[in-house]
Amino acid sequence: MERFMNFKQNILSDTMFERKSIYWNRLKTVIGLFSFMVVFVSGQFDKAAAQETDSVLIENGTVITITGENLENTDVLIQDGIITEIGDNIDAPRGVNRIDASGKYVMPGIIDAHSHLNGVNINEATAPATPQVTMKESIDPNEVRIYAALAGGVTTINLMHGSANVIGGRNATLKLRYGQDQKGLMFEDAPQTIKFALGENPMRVHGEGSGIHPSTRMGVEMVIREYFDAAIDYRRNRTEYLAAKEEYDRTGEGVPPIPVAKNLRLEVLADIIEGDILVHCHSYRSDEILMLARVFEDYGVENYTFQHANEAFKVAPELAEYGAHASVFSDWWAYKFEVYYSTAYNASILNENGVVTSINSDSDELIRHLNHEAAKTIRYGNSSESDALKMITINPAIQLGIDEHVGSIEEGKHGDISIWSGHPLSIYSVNEMTLIDGKVYFDRENDADDMRLDRAINATEDYEDTRSVEIHNSDGRDTDACMQDLFMLFDSQENRQALQQEFHNHTK
Amino acid sequence: MKKAVLVTITFLCMGVQILFAQITEKPEFGKFAITNATIHTVTNGTIEGGIVLIEDHTITMVGENVKIPTDYQVIDASGKHVYPGFFDANTRLGLEEVGSIDLTQDFNEVGDFNPHMMAFTAVNPNSVAIPVTRVNGITNVVSIPSSGGIAGKAALLDLWGYTPDDMAMERSAGLHIEWPSALKGGFWDDRSDEEVQKEYEEELKELNEFWKEAVFYNEMWRQYDLDPEGRKQPDKNIKMEAMREVVNGEVPVIISVNHEKNIKNALEWTNDKEEIHFIFTGVNEGWRVAEELAEAEIPVVTTSLYNITRDYDNYQRPYQNAGLMAEAGVKVMISTGEGVENVRNVGFHAGYAATYGMGKEEALKAVTIHPAEAFGVADELGSIEEGKKANLFIADGDPFEALTKIEHVFINGYKIPMTSRHDQLFEQFLDRDAVNR
Repeated sequence: MERFMNFKQNILSDTMFERKSIYWNRLKTVIGLFSFMVVFVSGQFDKAAAQETDSVLIENGTVITITGENLENTDVLIQDGIITEIGDNIDAPRGVNRIDASGKYVMPGIIDAHSHLNGVNINEATAPATPQVTMKESIDPNEVRIYAALAGGVTTINLMHGSANVIGGRNATLKLRYGQDQKGLMFEDAPQTIKFALGENPMRVHGEGSGIHPSTRMGVEMVIREYFDAAIDYRRNRTEYLAAKEEYDRTGEGVPPIPVAKNLRLEVLADIIEGDILVHCHSYRSDEILMLARVFEDYGVENYTFQHANEAFKVAPELAEYGAHASVFSDWWAYKFEVYYSTAYNASILNENGVVTSINSDSDELIRHLNHEAAKTIRYGNSSESDALKMITINPAIQLGIDEHVGSIEEGKHGDISIWSGHPLSIYSVNEMTLIDGKVYFDRENDADDMRLDRAINATEDYEDTRSVEIHNSDGRDTDACMQDLFMLFDSQENRQALQQEFHNHTK
Repeated sequence: MKKAVLVTITFLCMGVQILFAQITEKPEFGKFAITNATIHTVTNGTIEGGIVLIEDHTITMVGENVKIPTDYQVIDASGKHVYPGFFDANTRLGLEEVGSIDLTQDFNEVGDFNPHMMAFTAVNPNSVAIPVTRVNGITNVVSIPSSGGIAGKAALLDLWGYTPDDMAMERSAGLHIEWPSALKGGFWDDRSDEEVQKEYEEELKELNEFWKEAVFYNEMWRQYDLDPEGRKQPDKNIKMEAMREVVNGEVPVIISVNHEKNIKNALEWTNDKEEIHFIFTGVNEGWRVAEELAEAEIPVVTTSLYNITRDYDNYQRPYQNAGLMAEAGVKVMISTGEGVENVRNVGFHAGYAATYGMGKEEALKAVTIHPAEAFGVADELGSIEEGKKANLFIADGDPFEALTKIEHVFINGYKIPMTSRHDQLFEQFLDRDAVNR
C-alpha cells in the first residue's frame, strides 16, 4: 500500500512528468501484452474446453449397451473421453478415477432430438423460408435448464429453430457440457441439420398473419417446391459463373461473365438437396407428412426425420418404405386441432412398422424425465424395454447423424453415460450421475441447490414465474415452444403483456 | 354361388360386429367377484389373495376368504392388484376439447366475479379425453372453471355416464378463487414493485367487498326466511345467491395459488373465515411454507411436478414438493395440472412424488383418500371398503409404473369398456393394411 502511494505521488508530481511518461509507455506495453495474452490464452482455453475430456472406470454396473445385450457386473473404461473397453474386472490405468456402479444401471447418455432448451431466440419468423439463419448463433450456454436436463441423464440435444416458417433455420447439435461456452457445447462431428415446419404454425404466421403463402397445406408444399427449384437453378448458375470467372481470370480472354451473387439462403437449400444437411420437419397430420415425403423423393432428398408427427402412425408403412424417421412425443395430444386425432400409441405403432422412432421433449420440463417418457411406450403399445430405451438413445442418434459416436455403449464411442439407481424405465429410479466425454457434469451426491452460472446478473428476483424467457402453462409445458419469439410480432408492451396474461389465464 | 354369397354375408356380419364392438361396447353391470387379488385398500392395509365383491353400484365385501355366491361374475385377479380409482382434484375434463380452439373451451366465462357459473352445466360427457383418462384407472376428477378472480363452481365427476347428471357426484364441489398475485408476472412485467403491490391491494379489496356483500346478502335472506311476516322480500341477485352456500360453509373454497408470497397472503385471508373449508390448489411452492399450511390445516392439491418455479432452486424441488409438504403434516393431494389431455398421468405424478421423498403409501393416499376427504366424499370414494362406491381398477402391477397395464376399471359399479380413441387408433393402425379374407 505504501509503495502504491509512493508510486501515485510520483506520477502526480510535476517534476516527475518525464519519468511518468516513460512509466506510462512501459505500462501500456505491459497492458497491451497482457491483454494479448488474455485473449490468446482464453482462446486456447476455449479450444481446450471444446475438447475437454476425462478418463474414468465405471465399475461393476449393469451395463445397458442398447445395441447389444445388457451386461451385468460389468466395467466400462473411458479414456480421454472415448469408451476403450467394456468387460469384467478391468484394471484402472494409472490416474484414472473409478466410479462404483454396483447395483446400478449404466446406460448411454440420453439424446433429445427436439429441444429449444437454451436457445436465445427460437424463431426468425419474418419469411416462410429462413435457412440462412442458424441456432449456432443463438445459444445460451448459461441456461440453468441445461443442468436440469443433465440431472435427467441427457447428454446431447438437437437445439432447434422454431416452427413458424416452412423452411426454418439450421439447428445446432449440442452436448450439454454445462459450464462451457457456445463453442464448448458444440457436438464437433455432428452433421448440420435444419428445421422445416408444416401445417398450422406456418399457415398461421404467414398466411393468416401476413397474407402470403402459405395459408393452407397446399401452399406449404408449393413454398418448398418453389424454393427448391430456385436453389437448384442458383447452384447451377453460380457454379457456371464461378467456373467462367475462374477461366476469365486465368486467361483474361473474352468478356467477363455476368456475376451471380452468393445467396446464403439458396446455398443452404442446395446443400439440403445434395444431401449435406439433414432435415428435421415439424409436422402433425398424415397427409402433410406424405406430402413432404413425395416432395423429397422428387428432389432426391433422403435421410430425414419427421418431428412431432402425431399422425405418422397412420402412414407408418409408407414412412418405412421411404426410409423416413419419426421423432415423437410420448403422449401429447389435443392441444391443437391437428393433434386431436392422434394417439399415445404412435411410437409403438411406428416402431412395430419398422420406422426408426425416437421420443423427444420439445420442453425444458419433459427433458428432465425422458426415461419415463420412453417407458410410456410400454404401457401404450407393448414396445419392448429394449426398444423403449433405443427411442431415447441410438434412434435419436441415427436421426441426428451421430450414431457412429453416441447412442450406445460400445468401444470407440464417446464416453457419454448416465448412471441410474435402478432400471431407467422404472419411475422409482433416479439418475445419479451424468458424464460427457468421460467427464462428470452431474453428480447427485455433490449437487448444490443453486446451479446457475449467471447468478450475478440473474439474482433472486421474485417473479410469479422466475423462469427466463419462455411462456409456460401451469403444467410447466412450454406453450408451443416451437412458436417462441412470436411476441416480437406484437409491437407494444401492452400487447405482449395481454398475450402473456392470456397464456397465464389458460393455465389455472 | 350360394355358398359364396353365404360366406360373403357371414363376413359382412362379422365386419359389422367388429365395428359395433368398437363403437357401442356396453359396460357390464351387476354382481362381480374379484378374487385372488392383492387388494390395496388404502385405509386398511393390503390384503393378499383377497376378494372384493361388487353389487350394483357398491362394494359389498372386502376380505380374504368368502364363499362366492354362484350368481357373481368372477374376475380371477391372481397376480393382479386392486386399487381404489385414482382421483385428480384439479382438471378441466369435460370443459375443454382442443387446447388452441377457444370455441371448444367452456371453462372461462367473462368477468372477474362469477360464483354462479357452474362447471357442471358445461361438462361434455362425450369429450374424447374422458375415456382416454379413465382407462388409466382415473375414476374421478374435479373439473374447475378458471378465468381469473372468482371463476365459478367446480364439479366432482365420475368419469362414466351419458349426462352431466349421471356423472356429477357433487354439482357444487367448491368455489374457485384465483388468488390475486402480489408479484410481477415475469421478466416482461415492467410495473414497479409499488404498482404491483397497489394492484394487488385493489384486487384484494374488491374480493373482500364482494365477500362482505355476500355475507350481508346471506344474512338478509336468512332474516327474511326466518320471519317473512311484514317484511319486504329482498330482490334476488344471482351472484350473491350463488355465494350463500359458500359463505355458509356448505361448499369448499378452492384457492389457486402457487408462489410463496401469494400463498402467505392467501393464508392470511383465510384466517378470519373459520367456518369455511379451504382447499389450496397449484401450490407449487408449498414446500417453502409447509409449516404454515400444516398449521392452518388446509389441504392442498399440488400440481408441482411439471413446474420448475425458480431458477435458483435445486432441480429436485418440483418432484419433492408433495413429499416435503406431507412431511410437515399437510394433507396433500396430487394432480397432474394437465387440465385435459394427460390427466391420465396422475399415477405417474404420484410415482415421482413417492420416489422423491413422499413414499408410496402417502403418494397413493394423495390420489385416492385425500381428495375424497378434502371434497367431503370419503364415505363413498378413496378406498376399497365395504359400503363405498365401486370405483376401482385392477392392474397387472404397480400403477405408478408406466410399465404396468390397467386391465379393468369399475366406475359407479359399471365395469367399463377399456376403449378410448387412443386404443382404437392403435387397433386400427398397428397392422393397417391387414384384411379379413
